[in-house]
Amino acid sequence: MIETESLTKKFDGLTAVDGVTFRVEEGEVFGFLGPNGAGKTTTVRMLCCLISKTSGTAKVAGYDVGNGADSLKIRRLIGLVPDNVGLYESLTAYDNMDFYGKLYDRTESQRKESIAALLKMLELWEKKDVPVATFSKGMKQKLAIALALVHDPQILFMDEPTANLDPEAARTVRDFILDLKKQKKTIFLNTHNLDEAQRICDRIAILNTTLRAMGTPEELERSVQGRVTVIQLEQSNDAVLAAVKNLGLGDVSAEGNKLTISTADPEKANATILDAVFRAGGRIQSVNVVGSTLEDAYLKLVREKEKV
Amino acid sequence: MNLRHSWIIALKDIRIFIRKRTVLYTLVLLPLLLSVLFPLVIEYGGKSSGGITGPEIPALLHSFEWFFVIIPAIIPAPIASYSIVGEKLEKSLERLLATPTTDGEILLGKSIAVFIPAIIATYAGASIFMALIDAVTYSKLGYLYYPNWDMGIILLLAPLVLLLSIELNIITSSRVSDVRSASQLGGLMFLPFIGIYLASEIGVVTLDTNALLIIGGVIAVLDLAMFRISTSVFQREQILTKWK
Repeated sequence: MIETESLTKKFDGLTAVDGVTFRVEEGEVFGFLGPNGAGKTTTVRMLCCLISKTSGTAKVAGYDVGNGADSLKIRRLIGLVPDNVGLYESLTAYDNMDFYGKLYDRTESQRKESIAALLKMLELWEKKDVPVATFSKGMKQKLAIALALVHDPQILFMDEPTANLDPEAARTVRDFILDLKKQKKTIFLNTHNLDEAQRICDRIAILNTTLRAMGTPEELERSVQGRVTVIQLEQSNDAVLAAVKNLGLGDVSAEGNKLTISTADPEKANATILDAVFRAGGRIQSVNVVGSTLEDAYLKLVREKEKV
Repeated sequence: MNLRHSWIIALKDIRIFIRKRTVLYTLVLLPLLLSVLFPLVIEYGGKSSGGITGPEIPALLHSFEWFFVIIPAIIPAPIASYSIVGEKLEKSLERLLATPTTDGEILLGKSIAVFIPAIIATYAGASIFMALIDAVTYSKLGYLYYPNWDMGIILLLAPLVLLLSIELNIITSSRVSDVRSASQLGGLMFLPFIGIYLASEIGVVTLDTNALLIIGGVIAVLDLAMFRISTSVFQREQILTKWK
């Protein structure tokens, strides 16, 4: 649905996005994680045909980003929730939506139907005739999402949709994104909220000018060395320590009755490790896998200088 | 170019700024004030010395008519500043630019939104002015002074001046980040026309039919030049990355 190859954007010699390659499948929620200034918004703007690319290629729904004729086709197929809600404050919620519906050439009946459906779904229907200026931040953000969906786009780009929202409003927005996912919409989500990315994204890319990593949240967690298996024994035992070391699965250390084994994939290695402990006569009190989280992966990857 | 898109944008803008008092005052009060004030001057001016006589009237009206060139230079400033800078302040431009509209359609829509109310206000003011002038001068002149060719040319100059003012306001709006500054800078557009008025009053230039046609030609050339500049300024990448 979205495909980039060595996508690059430079502003007056300053490289904002450097050689980014990724692919987003239809119906996928794809998270774009990165610190401020990492190039997330610039990437979204390039994919929405708002700014030109310096080099590389990008395709959205099969159309070329950067091709003048394709730009209008792409913009017709996508919806954008920008980082600023971008609402006409003196107009009502209904009038805001109707304006955008008209710009996407929706008929009057199509507009009426989709506006009613979206405003009801986002619990804004009762306020449809109220000027947006009187809305709370959460209501404005919900309306901003509804605006991006008024023409029923296949692909939705969302730039920090829950930033500056209180936890309840943020949860409503996240739940709505999950509803959209059920409707098989392709969602490209810019965020630096790791918890949010972990909860709703199928895959995540970590960007800091260059693409640092890409994968499912679990794959990214695992990509950082630092997840360890901690085995609490009833008694320390040199034979157990030797047996586990002999497995050659990773670094093993002992401290009192506690064995710590660092492996690439603890879930896969644990059965072998526990078997070795039993065979060596060890009696186990508890087993835990502790270590890196998505946050660890994120922090490590955005600080790395080398491109993945 | 999809003119329907431009029209949708224009109607939305008009709906927004007719709620702004500053815009309404400029649209209604200025033309109304001048169209009523000048006939009052003709009717009651110089009463202590016997009033304005018939032979003095055409020269006076000639001067007054020029204000219907100045009005379209002034009116667009507050409207255009709400239309473009207002949209920048509400941060709604990015979303608008993400719709399947071209830069030209958006620019045209914004221009129509300023042009239509401003030209209606100018022509309405001119119509009231001509009707009242005819009413107060008929007894002194013995004929209806308006309509006449000079006022016809003035009314043809009005849209050219209006276009120039809109284009200047678009360029100004790309460089400032608040409505007041945009409005004040755009408002400076009336200065050259005040200059021409003063020059005519002290006899440096005569605003006869030929002079009006030459001024019209110069404004038309300036319109084309400013159109090129304003379209080069109003490009979505520039708006998102370079506009203040």
